[in-house]
Amino acid sequence: MELYRLTAAELSRMMQKKEVSSVEVTRSVFDRIAKKEPEIEAYITLNEENALKKAAEVDEKRAKGESLSSLAGIPVGIKDNICVKGLPTTCASKMLANFVPPYNATVIEKLNASDCVYTGKLNMDEFAMGSSTETSFFKKTKNPFDTSRVPGGSSGGSAAAVASGEAIVALGSDTGGSIRQPASFCGVVGLKPTYGSVSRFGLVAFASSLDQIGPFGRSVEDVAMLYSAICGKDSYDTTTVRREYPRFEEKLTGQVSGLKIGIPDVYFGQGVSNEVREKVMEAAHRYEQMGATLVPVTLPNTDYALAAYYIIACAEASSNLARFDGVKYGYRTSNYSNLEEMYENTRSEGFGDEVKRRIMLGTYVLSSGYYDAYYKKAKFTQKLMQGMFHEAFQKADVILCPTAPDTAFTFGANSDDQVKMYMNDILTVTVNITGLPAISFPCGFDGKGLPIGCQLIGDKFSEQQLLSTAFAYEKAAGGFDLSRTLD
Amino acid sequence: MDTKGYEVIIGLEVHCELNTKSKIYCSCRSSFGAEVNSQCCPICMGMPGTLPTLNEKVVDYAVKMGYALNCSINPVSKQDRKNYFYPDLPKAYQISQFDIPLCEHGYLDILVDGKEKRIGITRIHIEEDAGKLIHDESFAGTLVDFNRCGVPLIEIVSEPDLRSSAEAKAYLDTIRETVIYLGISDGKMQEGSIRCDINVSVHKPGEPFGTRVEMKNNNTFSGAVRAIEYEAARQIEVLENGGTISQETRRWDDLKNCNFLLRSKEDAQDYRYFPEPDLATILLDEDHLKELKDSIPELPNKKTVRFMRELGLPEEDARQLVESVEKAAYFEEIVAAGKGQIVPKDAANWVLGGISRVINETGKSIAEIGVSAGDLAELIQMLEKKEISSSAGNTVFEELLKATGKHPKEIVAEKGLAQVSDSGVLQQIVDQVVAANEKSVNDYRGGKTNALGFLVGQCMKASKGKGNPAIMREMLLKILNG
Repeated sequence: MELYRLTAAELSRMMQKKEVSSVEVTRSVFDRIAKKEPEIEAYITLNEENALKKAAEVDEKRAKGESLSSLAGIPVGIKDNICVKGLPTTCASKMLANFVPPYNATVIEKLNASDCVYTGKLNMDEFAMGSSTETSFFKKTKNPFDTSRVPGGSSGGSAAAVASGEAIVALGSDTGGSIRQPASFCGVVGLKPTYGSVSRFGLVAFASSLDQIGPFGRSVEDVAMLYSAICGKDSYDTTTVRREYPRFEEKLTGQVSGLKIGIPDVYFGQGVSNEVREKVMEAAHRYEQMGATLVPVTLPNTDYALAAYYIIACAEASSNLARFDGVKYGYRTSNYSNLEEMYENTRSEGFGDEVKRRIMLGTYVLSSGYYDAYYKKAKFTQKLMQGMFHEAFQKADVILCPTAPDTAFTFGANSDDQVKMYMNDILTVTVNITGLPAISFPCGFDGKGLPIGCQLIGDKFSEQQLLSTAFAYEKAAGGFDLSRTLD
Repeated sequence: MDTKGYEVIIGLEVHCELNTKSKIYCSCRSSFGAEVNSQCCPICMGMPGTLPTLNEKVVDYAVKMGYALNCSINPVSKQDRKNYFYPDLPKAYQISQFDIPLCEHGYLDILVDGKEKRIGITRIHIEEDAGKLIHDESFAGTLVDFNRCGVPLIEIVSEPDLRSSAEAKAYLDTIRETVIYLGISDGKMQEGSIRCDINVSVHKPGEPFGTRVEMKNNNTFSGAVRAIEYEAARQIEVLENGGTISQETRRWDDLKNCNFLLRSKEDAQDYRYFPEPDLATILLDEDHLKELKDSIPELPNKKTVRFMRELGLPEEDARQLVESVEKAAYFEEIVAAGKGQIVPKDAANWVLGGISRVINETGKSIAEIGVSAGDLAELIQMLEKKEISSSAGNTVFEELLKATGKHPKEIVAEKGLAQVSDSGVLQQIVDQVVAANEKSVNDYRGGKTNALGFLVGQCMKASKGKGNPAIMREMLLKILNG
């Protein structure tokens, strides 16, 4: 068996028993990249030389008998909006094509402490704005299940790399569904953690109050392992929360007996394809067979959620992306004769259409005279939604619904209809708006053989519950079928 | 200035750099004068992915200023982003406070021409400073120094309660002295620690306030005075010629002594303020607030008035003493050591005279000079009781400066400096002087009365400085007029 096909947990056990070395695993992954990358195009930057060097170091440490973390020597892909010292961090934008951060994101510092090996920087929608990875300045990543289709977004590179064996696990970021929707489209597991459980320091901000870094893997255990390694209070991010974070991979009971699973009608309704609805309900019934109870819950109207999301996200983005002005780093136009022109041309030439669209939306909703009508109302809606979820969690332990309304679409299918594109996020954004955790795992395929994602939403800091519940399904289903993308 | 019957209305927005060791949102040092771009990091340079963490000292300092200016403190407040593009602002937004400042609704009593006046304080909030643009003939274009980025500031906004440039100057001086007393800023104008924006309008008393004009770039207090006078005169002239004042921002040019239009109301920037999502709400608990409140010392404006009213000092002396925390404290120690037996004005004279001279000459602090308040009180008392002459007093003072550990009375005894008041001894000296200075005696008798001074001097000389000059003067007069 090719090593790249295995999960991080399997590889970790084999490395601990010295059945394989990290160099062998890393080499296998880079061989796979060499084979699949021309077709998938998941990476913006490859880190082969450094990765093999690091792998050799880990093997040496292991040979000396040093005690190592379970992720030691595991090849991890990093979304290209997470700063890795010395590696380009482009956010898939022309604006940052030449930007090399002189610092590590906190999650990278943590993975360094776990002796992870970095395969490279993964493609994404420009500045994480998009649901298909089509807005990347550099390339279009293909869905490993069907290369005429998108991998989802914005963490499309992360999902595609993990699904195709171009990385064992990967980090992504989720502002409105950017981990869960591509995980759903690519048939892998993705966790959007509770806001405040993973440090955002070194994550190039899209919407500060919504962004959260999270893990991708081919199994729930892998996602749990990676999440355990990155979560925790960080003195460099005051929005992180100090609390006890267990080793989640050790808490996967797979027990759902007595669990109350909330089913929100409204998230199975209009816009959700029949096949998606059926497969996700099948998953719900599977839980029922394992001893869980399904209970109906009422959740916020998705229309309001989407509107509130786009107002808050764009408002924050318009401010966060203002620093890309050509003065200090990144792209600067060559066409200017004064400061004003330098700003205008740098930003006009450096940003793509979707980014410019959201900056304009955000600037508009924060403008004097419009703030109360938009931003303030959106924040009010956010409060209402938090209240509704709080009530739902009085009745249910977790909430189950589809991750995305449909399976992966073809390239260009939604490009000329922004509202249609934004509708992709309709089932994921409420989780970001409310700061809750949610996981997406595969629950079958549609008639075209495309994976369907089931989403579990939990109350704040209920990651252990979510992971364990997803693990129960995975065990019952006999694992997730990625044979088509890993062959 | 002639205001032609107009009243000038002034409000000030004072920016004061706090002297915390590190910056407001990162651990970079915030000291002045370091090499260009040597005190900055990815955080204060706003590099992608970096996040701010609030330096809690900044909040404490701002709250202290709030208490000093009699504000109510908001126990729950937040920080907001003020968005605008400028090369010295690396994030393209300044983290400031918009609708919930730390401190609100206070006042400051200032002293103008010996009278106290109460100036309303609208608010005090915290924010970060921007960098500096560098233009120089040695290179083309503009460079940016990010050292000042993230240096903590408080902005103190006054009500439009000031009515003249003199009041504005007194207000600024009082703010400066206050931050120095609180130890929250070095208050150095020349290093840009205190800067202000000035709002000026004029109106005829009884009529509503006129349209206000904001003036930027006021870097010295004296410049602020000139800026106010210029702008008030400009507005009055416009109105007198039948024109109207438009709401606008003007830039003061202190070298040219005039201001010019920066932007009109139509071009006013929309800062698109919104709550800073990267920072948590600022929560201040009651105990901590009480601690801060209790740490506020007597403030300079109150001290000045107390020195005048309770200790009888002239305003100028009181001001000069209060200007220096050390001098004011030393002065009070001397008065206390005198146990009500010395005149405070005499203590003030010594602090502002002899002691200040030594400070200026040696650059030493009062503590380093090492003359104890008790010794100085003892010296003053001996002088007041005329136990020694003023020249002997100076000799004693010079001895005290040598810090030999000897007290004034010991020095006087050792050096035989005690003033002689024994009339027998003195009469003998006077008689000798009169006999030896026939010409001066005749001069005096001939109407040249200033010859008396010379004769007193001769008596002092003959007594080796120890004779009581007042007694000897009386004796001389008796002989001369007799």
